[in-house]
Amino acid sequence: MHKALRLVQLCCILIGSLLSSVASATGLQYNMTRGVTPVSHAQYDLHMTVLFIVTAIGVLVFGLLIFSIFRYRKSKGAKAATFHENVQIEVIWTVIPFVILMVLAVPATKTLIAMEDTRKSEMTIAVTGYQWYWHYEYLNEDISFYSNPATTAEEIAGLVPKSGYYQLEVDKPLVVPTNTKIRFAFSANDVIHAWWVPALGVKRDTIPGFINESWAVIEEVGTYRGQCAELCGVRHGYMPIVVEAITPEEFEAWVAEQKGGLEEVIEESEA
Amino acid sequence: MTTKHERYYVPAQSYWPIVGAVGLFFIAIGLANLIHVFQPGYDTSLTKSILLLGVGVSVIIFMVSGWFNHVIKENMAGLYSAQMDRSFRQGMIWFIFSEVMFFAAFFGALFYIRMFALPWLGGEGSKPLTLDLLWPNFVAEWPLLNNPDPKYASPNEVIPWHGIPLLNTTLLLTSGATITWAHWALKVGKRLQLNLAMFCTIALGLTFLGFQIYEYSHAYMDLGLTLDSGIYGSTFFMLTGFHGLHVTLGSIMLIVILVRCLRGSFTAENHFAFEATAWYWHFVDVVWLGLFIFVYIL
Amino acid sequence: MGDHHHGPAKGLSRWLLTTNHKDIGTLYLWFAFIMFLVGGAFAMVIRMELFQPGNQLVSPNTFNQLTTMHGLIMVFGAIMPAFTGFANWLIPMMVGAPDMALPRMNNWSFWILPFAFAILLSSWFMDGGAPNFGWTFYAPLSTQGPPSTDFFILSVHMMGISSIMGAINVIVTIFNMRAPGMTLMKMPIFCWSWLITAFLLIAVMPILAAAVTMLLTDRNFGTSFFDAAGGGDPVLFQHIFWFFGHPEVYIMILPAFGIVSEILPTFTRKRLFGRVSMIYAIVAIAGLSFIVWAHHMFTTGMPVIAGLFFMYATMLIAVPTGVKIFNWAATIFRGALTFETPMLFALGFVFLFTIGGFSGLMLALIPADIQYHDTYFVVAHFHYVLVSGALFSIFAGAYYWLPKWTGTMYNETLGKFHFWLSAISFNITFFPMHFMGLAGMPRRIPDYALQFADFNRISSIGSFVFGLSQLLFLYIIIQAIRGKGKKATDEVWDDHPRGLEWTLSSPPAYHTFETPPSEKLVEEHH
Ligand code: HEA
Ligand code: HEA
Ligand code: CUA
Ligand SMILES: [Cu+2]
Repeated sequence: MHKALRLVQLCCILIGSLLSSVASATGLQYNMTRGVTPVSHAQYDLHMTVLFIVTAIGVLVFGLLIFSIFRYRKSKGAKAATFHENVQIEVIWTVIPFVILMVLAVPATKTLIAMEDTRKSEMTIAVTGYQWYWHYEYLNEDISFYSNPATTAEEIAGLVPKSGYYQLEVDKPLVVPTNTKIRFAFSANDVIHAWWVPALGVKRDTIPGFINESWAVIEEVGTYRGQCAELCGVRHGYMPIVVEAITPEEFEAWVAEQKGGLEEVIEESEA
Repeated sequence: MTTKHERYYVPAQSYWPIVGAVGLFFIAIGLANLIHVFQPGYDTSLTKSILLLGVGVSVIIFMVSGWFNHVIKENMAGLYSAQMDRSFRQGMIWFIFSEVMFFAAFFGALFYIRMFALPWLGGEGSKPLTLDLLWPNFVAEWPLLNNPDPKYASPNEVIPWHGIPLLNTTLLLTSGATITWAHWALKVGKRLQLNLAMFCTIALGLTFLGFQIYEYSHAYMDLGLTLDSGIYGSTFFMLTGFHGLHVTLGSIMLIVILVRCLRGSFTAENHFAFEATAWYWHFVDVVWLGLFIFVYIL
Repeated sequence: MGDHHHGPAKGLSRWLLTTNHKDIGTLYLWFAFIMFLVGGAFAMVIRMELFQPGNQLVSPNTFNQLTTMHGLIMVFGAIMPAFTGFANWLIPMMVGAPDMALPRMNNWSFWILPFAFAILLSSWFMDGGAPNFGWTFYAPLSTQGPPSTDFFILSVHMMGISSIMGAINVIVTIFNMRAPGMTLMKMPIFCWSWLITAFLLIAVMPILAAAVTMLLTDRNFGTSFFDAAGGGDPVLFQHIFWFFGHPEVYIMILPAFGIVSEILPTFTRKRLFGRVSMIYAIVAIAGLSFIVWAHHMFTTGMPVIAGLFFMYATMLIAVPTGVKIFNWAATIFRGALTFETPMLFALGFVFLFTIGGFSGLMLALIPADIQYHDTYFVVAHFHYVLVSGALFSIFAGAYYWLPKWTGTMYNETLGKFHFWLSAISFNITFFPMHFMGLAGMPRRIPDYALQFADFNRISSIGSFVFGLSQLLFLYIIIQAIRGKGKKATDEVWDDHPRGLEWTLSSPPAYHTFETPPSEKLVEEHH
């Protein structure tokens, strides 16, 4: 039995490393992003923890099954044992999973409580979902604009080659400062949407008539992309989100620029 | 449970089930069409939908009466056993349980609205910005006389519990007592009392319905309390309306039973139909108590 | 009325007017299989559209309609009726009853279904087309859905009526029709799983009916249950839907547990390990299923306390489910195993369902679910529990009891071929969906970013193979029904399988157990 288990373990490791090497060689992303916020890190860590735990349990359970399947074949002369009850072992395999779950619940609870704590935020952005685009409003800054999907119909129809950020491109991204606690106030104008940027660890339904909150502190400068994550009608698949995180200094300059005239231009184009 | 296994009667082929399925089919498409008649932008013909619905309802009435008649005949012919009787009883009990769950959903909706949705709209709990940004003038109260958005015309007033509702409570509770009286009379073979008690039960039920119709028209005409007057009207009419439908159905069942009592088809031992109807009536009664407390009083 | 000691009637009337549990079981099973092909055909179009990025085959609206109809048809049209078919065929034979308790109502339950699905499917041809808001039909998207939504709503009412009556029949049969000497604790575990399933059905189908009713009035009569403008809340819809929906997913897995628990002992030649705790586990899972519904709503922004409650409750389900997995493993351990097709599917079930359960546990952890929710990770999860769970158990059960039902052995070689083709192509189809989801691909989208292209292509190819393999199943079944194959013995499987059904002839007489089996027989076969 020991040998068989070893074998299974070895197989798992082999398959795992094979998969990851294939994936990294081809540049395929096959795992969750670690993201750029404390919350997304915590989510990622929890994900890896639970993935590890279930894989371990899987190796044990499947190992036993595979072992039995090969060892106790009637064709190899196996005779069936007659046992069919054992209170002790049943208690054990009820209690152990329970303990494992309690261990999992600790980081999950901690992260959840942290995720929901929007206090001490330094700025608030109201995000409103529309069929099928987003509206952003910087609540203390008097800046607001729409963010529309920018992938062209020709690309979608396959008339021209698809560009690198196919389906993940918008005309005007949400611009935010790094290292700042940003509170989001989510709502929607028509049906439920969900604003999701994996790297930020934020996915929150935008519900017409109610305001949901969430927050993020982005630790790295960069462009982060996401999509609407709640079926919202015909063009639900065409509702990308782009967040551009810049340094606080750059952000201040950007704000000033927005207030200096650009707003009228946007207003006009909306009309 | 089944210590003694009796000869079991397996009915032969029957066309009532398929007739029933066809009936439901017509009711469904008839109803859907009828609803569309009154929607702007659809060109559904009124006659066609009424016809479809009419066919469906007639077929179902035909099926129910035919099926029950058939069962009664089988029963009279002595084809049934005690075990069979238990099957009917258990079937009825589980059916009532499913009805209980149906009402539970509407009660659940009411509780959710009152305990969560309205407070959130009023800025409480984990969604404080809802009030500030979306509904700055909203006040969460119950009964809700000011809807968040005037798109839904608010009711002026709602129905106080101590008028008709209290009266109706008394009526239904009394009818619960009279049907128990009827059952007792049936079991001890007091025919006259049975018929009298059944008559009283039906009269009480119909009076209840009459008052409810009056209450509804009052709500619509005078109070501006309607199905589309915001969430108070929605929950009020859905809960009391479905209850009213059940009272109607129960009354029809009672009337059928009364007719059968008058014909003397029940004996002290063999009267499952009577008991099933009585259970149903008690269930309708209990739902009303829930309504009285949670819709009218609290 | 009259004499009922006869065989089946001739012609169509046999099927339209039948009160025979075996006929009705057959009807359910064929209906389910046809719906499976229809729902599967929709899935094939979905996978073709997703074969590569861009919009090639169907419009985005059609895509949404396909997704919606695929989900609805598979859940309500394929899996649930298939299990009801098994219940009809087997429960009377297992408990030693002449028929279901309420045979005429049984026929009614079935015949409502074809009409309900005719209405649902005809919505493709209505103005505005079929429903396009997902099988979960969240308000307010469904409030604004196409005109056919009202037809969809009424067809759901009909399905509800059908399920409730079917479930009442099962419960009453089990409580009232067991042969003398068959105590509940001696009753076959398949019957136990169905007893609990039937209870769940009666408890939650009315909730679904209420949900669609509120939707109907919100759409047509100006109520505002799901509209904040009138004081309602769109999230209320989700609460009601999932209060139905979560027990619903266990409705689709508990009978599968029952089937697998019947099959494993036969091919390991051992008794089911821990039978009593297996029963308690089913009860515990069903009980917990009522208090976990909001795990589908972790991104809707519920209070932290509520989130914690639903997270813990959901995680707890892993304990009784684990008990089942471990008991099956212990049943296999030190058996004398043979690998006929039913056993292969049952083993496939144990492995692959467990994988689906593991991803379920991952989904239960709110912080992680924030990233998983509404991605292909969820799609992967539920196809592992539904396809390699529910569907595989249906295949397993079909192969297991088919020789009993038809009197003919299916073609074992082809059956094994069907298993291996299915198991391999299933994993090729659905395992990559875990990766897609983790990498960030949302579900219910007709087009996607370029980074998901490779996995989608693999998945689509796998799904075509999987789909074709199911036609092989159809062929195998038809051959067996037409009597092309070895004659099956009465016990069918060697070493005396347990259960009263194996004491009957293969195929069993049209009416069986008109006189109850003796207590001795019951005792010997439990
Ligand atoms: C047959 C159907 C079925 C079954 C059995 C399950 C089983 C489970 N499901 Fe699944 N689920 C669905 C069908 C099903 N699900 C469907 C259809 C959806 C999507 C609906 C939609 O949105 O369209 C869904 C979605 C879904 C979600 C929502 C995801 C999201 O949208 O964000 C969640 C979240 O918690 C979840 C959790 C679980 C859990 C914890 C189990 C548990 O029951 C699993 C328990 C099993 C195990 C854990 C494995 C065996 C256990 C052991 C070997 C013991 C030791 C293990 C440990 C201690 C880890 N499911
Ligand atoms: C209940 C069981 C069940 C089953 C068995 C399946 C089976 C399959 N599902 Fe299922 N699926 C769901 C339940 C199920 N699904 C649900 C509930 C959803 C969510 C819906 C929603 O989001 O609202 C979903 C969503 C879903 C999606 C996501 C769609 C989206 O998000 O946009 C995908 C994508 O690949 C998919 C694929 C498949 C495939 C390839 C199969 C295969 O197993 C199918 C096998 C194929 C066949 C059986 C076809 C065989 C027949 C032929 C090849 C010829 C037929 C020809 C004619 C009849 C003319 N399903
Ligand atoms: Cu917006 Cu999906
Ligand atoms: Cu669930």
